[in-house]
Amino acid sequence: MKTVALKVLGAIAVLWAAATFTFFVQAALPGDRATLILNQDSGQIIKRSDAELAPVNEKFGFDDPIYAQYVNYVAGLAQGDLGTSYRLKAPVTEIISEQIWPTIFLTIAALVAAWIKALALTLLTAKRGRIPSALGSGYETFTAALPHYWLGVILLVVFAIELQLFPVEGGSSLIGLVLPALTLGIPLAGFLGQVTRDEFEKVLDQPFVTSARARGMGDFGVRWRHALRHAVLPAITLSGWAIGALFSGAVIAEIIFARQGIGNILVTAANMRDIPLVSGIVMLVALIYVVANLLVDLAYRVVDPRIEVSS
Amino acid sequence: MTDLLRVENLRVGFGDTEVVKGISFSLEAGRCLAIVGESGSGKSVTARTLVGLTGGRSQVTADTLEFDGRDLRGLRDRQWRDIRGRDIGFILQDALVSLDQLRPIGKEINEALRLHRYGSREERRKRVLHLLDEVGIPEPLLRVRQLPHELSGGQRQRALIASAIALDPKLIIADEPTTALDVTVQARILHLLERIRDDGSALILISHDLAVVARMADEVAVMRYGEIVERGDAREVLSNPQHAYTRALLDAIPSTHSKGTRLSPGTPHVAPVVERAPRAADTPVLDARGLVKRYAGPDGQTRTVVDDVSFELRAGETLGVVGESGSGKTTTARIALALTEPDGGEVLLNGEPWTAVPEKARRVRRREISVIYQDPLSSFDPRWSVEQILADALPPGVRDPRKRVGELLALVGLEGEHRARRPLQLSGGQRQRVAIARALAPDPSVIVCDEPVSALDVSIQAQVLDLLTDLQEQLGLSYLFISHDLGVIHHMSDRVLVLNEGKVVETGTADEVFFAPREPYTRALVAALPRLEPRAASGEPTPAQVVA
Repeated sequence: MKTVALKVLGAIAVLWAAATFTFFVQAALPGDRATLILNQDSGQIIKRSDAELAPVNEKFGFDDPIYAQYVNYVAGLAQGDLGTSYRLKAPVTEIISEQIWPTIFLTIAALVAAWIKALALTLLTAKRGRIPSALGSGYETFTAALPHYWLGVILLVVFAIELQLFPVEGGSSLIGLVLPALTLGIPLAGFLGQVTRDEFEKVLDQPFVTSARARGMGDFGVRWRHALRHAVLPAITLSGWAIGALFSGAVIAEIIFARQGIGNILVTAANMRDIPLVSGIVMLVALIYVVANLLVDLAYRVVDPRIEVSS
Repeated sequence: MTDLLRVENLRVGFGDTEVVKGISFSLEAGRCLAIVGESGSGKSVTARTLVGLTGGRSQVTADTLEFDGRDLRGLRDRQWRDIRGRDIGFILQDALVSLDQLRPIGKEINEALRLHRYGSREERRKRVLHLLDEVGIPEPLLRVRQLPHELSGGQRQRALIASAIALDPKLIIADEPTTALDVTVQARILHLLERIRDDGSALILISHDLAVVARMADEVAVMRYGEIVERGDAREVLSNPQHAYTRALLDAIPSTHSKGTRLSPGTPHVAPVVERAPRAADTPVLDARGLVKRYAGPDGQTRTVVDDVSFELRAGETLGVVGESGSGKTTTARIALALTEPDGGEVLLNGEPWTAVPEKARRVRRREISVIYQDPLSSFDPRWSVEQILADALPPGVRDPRKRVGELLALVGLEGEHRARRPLQLSGGQRQRVAIARALAPDPSVIVCDEPVSALDVSIQAQVLDLLTDLQEQLGLSYLFISHDLGVIHHMSDRVLVLNEGKVVETGTADEVFFAPREPYTRALVAALPRLEPRAASGEPTPAQVVA
């Protein structure tokens, strides 16, 4: 239990650091924030008079000393208040909670696709003689190097436009999730496959594998029941990073397949300098990384029971 | 009685190299055949051939390869799998890596039953508990759910044996089943194997340890370079060896009766003896007083790993430190080297404070004491050449490093051609010689030898021990010699320190400790040692008495 408490404390510290960082970056950016808001609303770029600026400054508290603004911001965060979007004039939490689910589904689908593909390829080709191994390994290196944008467009053109197997615009349907998930999942499968394959080949040379064979176990049994469990450990560690990267990288798939999601919102917000919204999304991504790594720790403990939670 | 296993002219090759070159043997039920040999002799490959696990790229041929009336030649994988585990059980060495670390031992044992469709789930569960009980693991209900690392070394090995005998196979092959185990644990595992054999199984024991073989085997086959050089009744072979290689192997074993003799006859002293000024004889070179070291265990409790250990090491003397794993011998060595800070007590080096002074003051005196480890490969940078390794170890201010490296190599019996080699390009024995040369480089008065020969074959071990003896004579060195092998300790040591659970159990001259141990622990340790009785001096065959 002690380690769990420590992990939660660590997670809070990470989020706090992210909040502090985004707050001060936002405060340090050049240009007057009140002017920015007024210009955004009117679509003009002009210098504003003090009379125009005063109510905006008053409303957002820009006149307060910086430490007071910081305390306010953090206090708001503690209550789940991420501020108000300059452009959409709606609470950031509301905007995010509307758009977060499509991105989370996409992230999970991409991760699952990547794992299935990596494991299947490893089970089928690792240590199966020189040619299958080399083909499997070469294929993984190739896919790991594929740029998401290019892969997404190819998948779209081939499977949605030419073959018409999948809808061009995914919307929120399950079938519309397939191509975006593959766009993100195929290169990730390359990475996961490479670390799993390395470990798998090492494990197959271990004496306990010989022991299992000497009990009469066949090749598939040895791979499936013994080697795989050892081999997935590094890929599980890598998945903590992968979940965060998928989430923040989802934007490419979302744009190509015209999906709703956080990625789309982030790009618009960044272009428009909608600072509270950008900060909110940065915080969210930090939170996703933290949660992902907690999940990875948990999964690691399930697969490798040697690590015990000391009570 | 008909033979259970018959092998004639067995050949195993990998690519162009033949590693087993036409060997023949046979075995009856209830008998034990030991296949003895050093690394590379082909003994393990022979064992694996009998269960069809030599790997995809091997070519196996034989005139006869018959088990229980069945021809094993050209079996398909499916047929082999029926035999493995059910008719032939296979036990590997070192259960820590031979059992799946991520699965409870009960599952591993159950696997053997499940694969051969033994009974129902409930019957299998009962059988697993029965097996654990049978191999002598206490509290089977608790242990069955534990992971290998939660068991002691001996219990792990028992669990591994349980998984191999789960279906009462007619033949059990044990490949170095007691290597890496402490001597008292080894004795119990051997006893268990004996019992299994007495129950009617045939046993093939693969080992490099002739003393273990002497205790267990009815027949012995001695292998070298893929051939059986001598085969016959165990007592006959061990007491009256016919082949020169068997004799050399037996001579190479350090034991209670080898003291003062050279273990590898025919090897010359490596360099002429040079007279050196005797070091001050009255002050001990190492003087350890009441050493204490505690560590916090994983459960939060402190464990005292070294508990009030005192000893003196005099100039030109060898003090043997013997104990089982966890006895605190390596921690004691690290304190002597001032690599671990003691929690109590201190060590004096050449009469002056050593562990009690700050590291900065110690650094200039580090050259007075050096160390040789068990596995030199992990203590060398694999990218460095021998020349770099040795030059790096020289104290600052050596005028001609190249010349000094040459001298060091000559001291340990290596040639100039070895200078440019890297650790991986050397044999195990050569590597340990380089490690010795490195320890000699700063011209120390004390060398701490931490299991220096434990990873070596017996004939190489013999050469290295002889070398250490020569160097001591020649350079007046003092050794703090740590080993779990009582034979090695007795052969090398003037005096012996017996450690158990961090405490000094007994100390005395080597002969006192071995022939007249005072403490029950020492007596148990010495009694557990499998050993060979001295052979008759001439060709007169006297059946050896094997002491278990």
